Amino acid sequence: MKAFDYVRATSVEEACAALAARPGARFLGGGTNLVDLMKLGVEQPVALVDVGRLPLDAVEELPDGSLRVGAMDRNSDLAAHPAVRDRYPALSQALLAGASGQLRNAATTGGNLLQRTRCPYFQDVSKPCNKRVPGSGCGARDGVHHDHAVLGTSDHCIATHPSDMAVALAALDAKVELYGPGGAREVAAAEFHRLPGDHPEQDTEIRPGELITGVVLPAATGGLPSLYRKARDRASYAFALASVAAMLQVTDGVVERAGIAFGALAHRPWRARVAEEALVGAAPTAAAFERAVDLELSAARPLRDNAYKVPLARSLALDVLTRLAEPART
Amino acid sequence: MVSTVVGAPVERREGLEKVTGSARYAAEHAPPRRVWAWPVPATVARGTVTAVDTAAAMEQPGVLTVLTHRNAPRLAEPDDATLAVLQNPRVPHRGWFVALVVAETLEDARAGAAAVQVSYEPEEHDVSLTMTHPGAYVPEEANGGYPAATEQGDPERAFASSAVQVDADYRVPPLHNHPMEPHASTAQWDGDRLLVHTSSQGSTAVQTVLAGLFRLPEDGVTVVAEHVGGGFGSKGTPRPDVVLAAMAARQTGRPVTLALPRRHMPAVVGHRAPTLHRVRLGAEPDGRLTSLIHEVTTHTSRIKEFTEQAAVPARTMYAAAHLRTVHRVAPLDVPSPSWMRAPGEAPGMYALESAMDELACALGMDPVELRIVNEPETEPHSGKPFSSRHLVECLREGARRFDWAHRAPRTAGPLRIGTGVAAAMYPVLVQPSTASAGACPDGTFLVRINATDIGTGSRTVLAQIAADALGVPLERVRTEVGRSDLPSASLAGGSSGTASWGWAVHEACTRLTARLATHTGPLPPDGLDAHADTAGQADADSPWARHAFGAHFAEVAVDTVTGEVRARRLLGVFAAGHILNARTARSQFVGGMTMGLGMALTEGSTMDAAFGDFTQSDLASYHVPAHADVPDIEVHWIDEDDPHLNPMGSKGIGEIGIVGTAAAIGNAVHHATGTRYRELPLTPDRVRRGAGF
Repeated sequence: MKAFDYVRATSVEEACAALAARPGARFLGGGTNLVDLMKLGVEQPVALVDVGRLPLDAVEELPDGSLRVGAMDRNSDLAAHPAVRDRYPALSQALLAGASGQLRNAATTGGNLLQRTRCPYFQDVSKPCNKRVPGSGCGARDGVHHDHAVLGTSDHCIATHPSDMAVALAALDAKVELYGPGGAREVAAAEFHRLPGDHPEQDTEIRPGELITGVVLPAATGGLPSLYRKARDRASYAFALASVAAMLQVTDGVVERAGIAFGALAHRPWRARVAEEALVGAAPTAAAFERAVDLELSAARPLRDNAYKVPLARSLALDVLTRLAEPART
Repeated sequence: MVSTVVGAPVERREGLEKVTGSARYAAEHAPPRRVWAWPVPATVARGTVTAVDTAAAMEQPGVLTVLTHRNAPRLAEPDDATLAVLQNPRVPHRGWFVALVVAETLEDARAGAAAVQVSYEPEEHDVSLTMTHPGAYVPEEANGGYPAATEQGDPERAFASSAVQVDADYRVPPLHNHPMEPHASTAQWDGDRLLVHTSSQGSTAVQTVLAGLFRLPEDGVTVVAEHVGGGFGSKGTPRPDVVLAAMAARQTGRPVTLALPRRHMPAVVGHRAPTLHRVRLGAEPDGRLTSLIHEVTTHTSRIKEFTEQAAVPARTMYAAAHLRTVHRVAPLDVPSPSWMRAPGEAPGMYALESAMDELACALGMDPVELRIVNEPETEPHSGKPFSSRHLVECLREGARRFDWAHRAPRTAGPLRIGTGVAAAMYPVLVQPSTASAGACPDGTFLVRINATDIGTGSRTVLAQIAADALGVPLERVRTEVGRSDLPSASLAGGSSGTASWGWAVHEACTRLTARLATHTGPLPPDGLDAHADTAGQADADSPWARHAFGAHFAEVAVDTVTGEVRARRLLGVFAAGHILNARTARSQFVGGMTMGLGMALTEGSTMDAAFGDFTQSDLASYHVPAHADVPDIEVHWIDEDDPHLNPMGSKGIGEIGIVGTAAAIGNAVHHATGTRYRELPLTPDRVRRGAGF
């Protein structure tokens, strides 16, 4: 077999040093995606630096009222955490909508963000894929692309990001904490994943050698009404056909703050800034929601077999926004 | 007098072994010095292998050899062309195995396979089935030996002049069997003797095929299939894994295990071919059918003609004086299709029973009543009387239990809720088998037969049959199954296993009872035994039309926000002779209905036109129902007393559960939404597009 080294890190610094010392190494979290990709030959790391037992599994309240989630917190634990359920319900719902119970027990917060697309061409080393082998072409564009992206695609890649959790984080203004050779830094969750452009091989803004250490949910969105809704081909253990996470703050009959993100429509969770701008300052009416969502989705460029995603995403968004606005209306 | 145990809900005898993990499956037999094999699938859809560079693979640690068409052992030509592996450089479809790496460990073999460089001379390929495909032809026979085309009366004219007409096209996509245990074999040679542990629905057939391929006497081959983790038809006959394992073991002189990776399965173990249906129903205003025309177009591979017999049920179901059924098959550069649970009946009855629902709507008639008024006196196609047929009773009993009379579509928030019905049928198939029964001096009895337990509980039900035939308590009967050195028997397929094996077991036990009745004194140390062979009986032509029937009722909710369809209730009533084990039979019915639920709502495979393979190649993308998809499933049966079947009076139950389920669910979706969908599965994109919400 293709041999690889295995290193178990006991601190963040040690993990980053171990990675830096071994070009071609990968961090290993829950392994629910990386190990599959190794079996498929998509990933061939020379070493795995196991960060799964780093002391990064705490969920802690910070002095400013925000909630810090450790990168190694398991998806099932995070979904069940009382503070998450109470203050960021969309995140809990998104986590529970993902994968299966067994996978959620193993998958980590950081690993969830870094999971790769499930595009079948990406996963099959006998086929072209610009994400896997830059310049080899895209099998999906003219091939089977029923599940592929309709927003923000490029000629090189139409893959979607598969995470449910990341969609909620994007809508909730979460931040991703990173640690690496350049020290610690933060990136907005909504900006953490990239659009494919000319470099679909780069999924995220993470820099070489950096490790996700945590995710911070800001105080400002804590306690706001939020929801996650996902449409899928079976009731469990299926990736989204389309999904939406939304939070809505309505004060005196006017939308004061909105956070909306779509899943399964793009190479990253699609933060619907256009729709949000259209809503802020408006009354939370059905007409306003329709106008805002339609404005956002007018950027969609569906292909032969994935046009259904646009009206489906619209329907999900309108349903969620309407339900979020209901308590405020009465 | 010993009370009868046939029919009782006896627990499976090997249940404890299975749930504790001590039951061993084919890949878990680890003879000393056992090594592993990993195949190399072709990456072109059609063409010829021009070179196989194995140098890099041979340099990989642990790699022992790489078999290719140049160096692999020569096989005798098989009847089944899919077994002629590594015999020539032709590539009939993408995923066809072009090399096999044998290595010390599974991981070494996989890495070796990744390092094999294969060059091809590719050719243009065509994998796209259409109803008007120019390559389609009417074969002599459809699968199962049925004539491909039948015609009675003047169906076209009768249809044209009928008062009420339905003319509809239906589509069922390719489907995959995906048993939980992938195909796996462990082969070892001892001189010219071959021992194979394999995951198969019938090891007698594997023995025969391997003996032929390797030019060995049949008794030089022993095939063991002790525990089998499902097959659903895909293990009915040998698949390439067992041939390759035996070849690799011969080449290396080591025992070899080949366990197919899940992703290789769609290309090499068979699939349910896609079927394109056109159904025309002509009826009088009172609902009586005057014309029934069912035309099916399907695909097969370039190397094997397999025609999914989807129009065959229409020859049996309803009284229509004018009847035409026809199958057309187009050979394409696709993997070879094969049997999948209820081949023919499952897709055929989806189309026919959907069309019957459309006719009921066109007539403004209750769909249950429409089926009842079209109940035939004799089998429409053959004219034979039915040995037993209780379809009407199944419909009435199901309607009563389901509260069908009060059905009305309703709305609950964003949900539209509706109900549907469909009929089910499956033919009675039975094959000759042999069995022995022995009385041991310790007071126990040993029944020996090469039946296969693919997870259904064969050991248990055969013990029940034997206990009753011997007139002894169940605990005193032991059964040995799953080895080709046992008395030979037919395969676990076509819902024929229990009937075929049970017949032989019953006969052997009856003979043993007669011997024991005349025996005096203590039994000899070796005991007494008796043997039975049902050849000539089990396969005798019957003057009766013999089928099981059933009725499915479904309630679904369609979410108008997402287009998601979820089944809320499924209820099936079946008339399948005597039920021999109430517990395992219920499991079979529920399992079949669950698979039918998948066919209706979640399962579908896509043939990639550009690359020529199935896109959904793992269980993450090929959506068999998850637990959350499966509602409470209610199963009932009507016990039939049918003397024209076998000594137990049983019909097969392994497949009828999947037949009709998809139509009942589709009909319920129509009831809920008012939209008629004619393509499976009913996924959110299709449902939303059709319903306009």
